[in-house]
Amino acid sequence: VAGLPKQGAAAATSDELIAAFTGGAEVGAGDIKLTAPEIAENGNTVPIEVSSGTATEILVLAMGNPTPSVATFKFGTLAASRAASTRIRLAGTQDVVAIAKLEDGSFVKTSSTVKVTIGGCGG
Amino acid sequence: MASGVKPRVKVPKKAAAGETITIKTLISHKMESGQRKDKEGNVIPRSIINRFTCDFNGENVVDVKLEPAISTNPYFEFEAVVPEAGEFAFTWYDDDGSVYDTTKKIAIE
Repeated sequence: VAGLPKQGAAAATSDELIAAFTGGAEVGAGDIKLTAPEIAENGNTVPIEVSSGTATEILVLAMGNPTPSVATFKFGTLAASRAASTRIRLAGTQDVVAIAKLEDGSFVKTSSTVKVTIGGCGG
Repeated sequence: MASGVKPRVKVPKKAAAGETITIKTLISHKMESGQRKDKEGNVIPRSIINRFTCDFNGENVVDVKLEPAISTNPYFEFEAVVPEAGEFAFTWYDDDGSVYDTTKKIAIE
């Protein structure tokens, strides 16, 4: 995050966001998959997919963005799979992190490094 | 900013009862991140869609919280179970209080 302009002191750090999502519970590895390109030519629109067998909620963070939050997916009773795709902005080369809350109440995490040729946070 | 916002969704017209279908949604919206500056160096205020939901006959499929890091023209793809004939309802919530919605009917074959 060093070197990037901060949007005021109100921007929560990724550690704070993770703590708010997990309630301080331990985050292990396991039933969570994040699909992101290795190299993104345009940081303005980077396709990602998150999936998990038993997640009820999935939090996505871009660790190198001015504000790390990206999205939180909650799956309802009629969700056929715990998976979703979207397109996100990345300010530069960085790790994208997905944390899932599983049905048994535990938390699992995965991450993927995306190389960005042109950043997507304007300016 | 509520001008030029147009939701588009792709849902099959028919499905077998209990079948899993793929839904694709797109809404035209500039998703101003609040990080950009104009020519004079003033920060352009944040103006995004902050929530998207999809329900079927009143039951939730997905509920997504969007942050400024979601790209212009937010796109989502996900899967839903179709237990019976009915209607999918899609709703997008804008920072400015606007709500955009659209529905798609699906029949059982």
